[in-house]
Amino acid sequence: MKANSINIYKQDAPSLRKKTEPYLYLLPTLLLMCVLLIIPIIMVIRYSFYDNVIINKNPVFVGLENFKLIFENSTFVVAVKNTIVFVGGSIVFHMIFGLAFAVVLNTKYLHRRTKAVSRVLLALPWMFTASVIAILWKMMMNPNGIINYLLSVTNLSSSHIEWLASRDFALFSITFINIWAGYPFYMVSLLAGLQGIPNDLYEAAAIDGANISQRFFRITLPQLKPIIISLVMLDFVWTIQQFALIWMTTGGGPINATEMMSTFIYKLGFSKYEYAQASASAVILLVVCTIVAIFYVRHQRGQE
Amino acid sequence: MLKLKAFHKTSFAVLLIALLLTLTACGNNNSSPSNTSGSSGSQSDTGSSGNSGGSDITLEFQQWWGVELPDGALQEIVDGFTAQTGIKIKLLSNPYADTRTQIAAGAAAGTMADVVGLDGSWVYDFAKQGAIANLTALMEADGYDDSQLSDQIRVDGNTFMIPVVNFAYPMYVNLDLVNEAGVSIPTNWTEFVNVTKTIKEKTGKAGWAIPLSTESPSGIQNNFMSWLWASGGSMLKDGKPNLAGNDDLIATLEFVKQLFDNGVVAQGAYAMKEADMVEEFTNGRVAFMTDSLAHLTTIKSEAPDLNIDFIPIPVKDGYTGKSGMDVANWGIGIAENSKYKAEAMKFIEYMMSPEVNAKLAVLANAFPGNIHAQPDYPADNTLFLKAYEIYQAGYAINEFTGLPTSEELMRQFDEQLQLYLDGDTKTAAEMLEKTQEIWVKAFK
Repeated sequence: MKANSINIYKQDAPSLRKKTEPYLYLLPTLLLMCVLLIIPIIMVIRYSFYDNVIINKNPVFVGLENFKLIFENSTFVVAVKNTIVFVGGSIVFHMIFGLAFAVVLNTKYLHRRTKAVSRVLLALPWMFTASVIAILWKMMMNPNGIINYLLSVTNLSSSHIEWLASRDFALFSITFINIWAGYPFYMVSLLAGLQGIPNDLYEAAAIDGANISQRFFRITLPQLKPIIISLVMLDFVWTIQQFALIWMTTGGGPINATEMMSTFIYKLGFSKYEYAQASASAVILLVVCTIVAIFYVRHQRGQE
Repeated sequence: MLKLKAFHKTSFAVLLIALLLTLTACGNNNSSPSNTSGSSGSQSDTGSSGNSGGSDITLEFQQWWGVELPDGALQEIVDGFTAQTGIKIKLLSNPYADTRTQIAAGAAAGTMADVVGLDGSWVYDFAKQGAIANLTALMEADGYDDSQLSDQIRVDGNTFMIPVVNFAYPMYVNLDLVNEAGVSIPTNWTEFVNVTKTIKEKTGKAGWAIPLSTESPSGIQNNFMSWLWASGGSMLKDGKPNLAGNDDLIATLEFVKQLFDNGVVAQGAYAMKEADMVEEFTNGRVAFMTDSLAHLTTIKSEAPDLNIDFIPIPVKDGYTGKSGMDVANWGIGIAENSKYKAEAMKFIEYMMSPEVNAKLAVLANAFPGNIHAQPDYPADNTLFLKAYEIYQAGYAINEFTGLPTSEELMRQFDEQLQLYLDGDTKTAAEMLEKTQEIWVKAFK
């Protein structure tokens, strides 16, 4: 009996070690994810159902009251509208510029050296951090900055336009800055996609008499479709959370002209100390991003 | 099979014990025999350990001052306290914004450092959270004479912060632009309107600048309200907002709108921050600005040839009383969770003693918080001495200090001001009524 037990143990010990080993390797990552991701998310969701947490030592459960207050807040409505314009405009123009530059860089008519230099120059905006981009464009968009100077010497405008300080221009200006900062990601990804399209398809289409536009819409775009869908979904999640660029250029102003979901949440939490309402707004944003993430994962699985 | 089960049980038991030990270690942090720092979350209602002479006591002092003072200067000052009392001071120095975040996190978690550097705009919220200690009680318990303090920041009648040094906001003048336009220094609002108009016409440069970015709305306090305070006005009555129907504020708003309508204000004001305004002035594009004296060194080093001077802020026509000068300060307070409140109070008394306070004021290019302090400012710094004279001729004021969510109050005022300047709100009285309506919610 004793001998049998030892045998069983000897046989099972390596298999147990084998079974547990992968989990042990995963353990540090799982612990980190738990501490840095799962617990904070659970805490924020919990906060959103309580009366003013952190400030109030004994917060009371208030159900959906914080969500009701948020939806009744007129600034929240403005922030949602601005976010839609900002995110929508950014995604559309990221796509247009990214695709256009990728097609240009993929053409056989350019010299290899010209292509290499152009790739570096066109990808440059992606290398800068948000703070550098904000400072750079704040200086250029200053009423006494280079943009107004160029407009005046070319007789396109005689007045000093307040790009970031005017309610008419501010949202347009920060959307433009974000487009400038983000198109290289599309460009690089689409360029990789373009280089993966078999040349046979274009040759066959040329034999069939297809023109450039037909080749682009019938071959290039359908071939790039899986990459485009992934890019749009990722860009949506990243752009909707954009904070640093907006905060450092306009701070959500003038008045609420560039107020976004991200700046709205920040002000609620760190300026008004309404942590529960800030949590409720963050939960709304989390739900939107999660829906997009689910579509993204499903799309990725579909591809596999 | 049994052995396998035993292996599982043993592993489980070992894991459980390890987990319990870890949790116990975390939980027992407060009862650690070490006397280092009272910031571990232990609540002390008595306010003191009663041990004021203990050489093994270490107080944590969290602030942003150490970063802004010359290297090692703050350490040298606190070492003087250790030499006197035997109580060690551990400095936790970080930039201003980081300090604010860390203190806010400490306030929420009950792990604040024993002594904290405070900004007046944080005091109300931390006091209401119960995160900082009532200094009135501690001063009384220690028999401290608070009449020597230039100011105390109170909430509900009790002191929670003591300003250690004050940074004044005088008016800077670009004398090159003034001379080029051939105008004299304005002393009242009418003169200021005319002078800035002439400067704009003759030099093409802006007469005045105001940073109104909502990201950092301190322009309301430092550049807008400074006009009101210089003319003896007030935005509060009995500590509550007094905006609606306030004739002094209506006059100030109309005066500022006139400057905007005349086109003499530096462009891009709604997205401008204080640093942008200083840059505009340093580059010689603005004739007048109200700004911290702390920026004088930077301006002189960036533009050594710029011919600048300080003047008292022009007052409302006919006003002959004393002028209030806007001040920001480095304040000090004690964490409610500190185990060594009495020792922390001794440290504050040391920092506020005339000699130490004067030394700190000289090092920080600021004005002392103790009225008996005699700072020995360098005699060759004539501009600084002139600003000090202007400061002493009037009185220090900052009505936003100690108000609830004061930064948010400034932001709300800022937004309403922009609506008024743009013509969306028709009259100054209407603008003030709307702002009053918004502000009172914060005071409930």
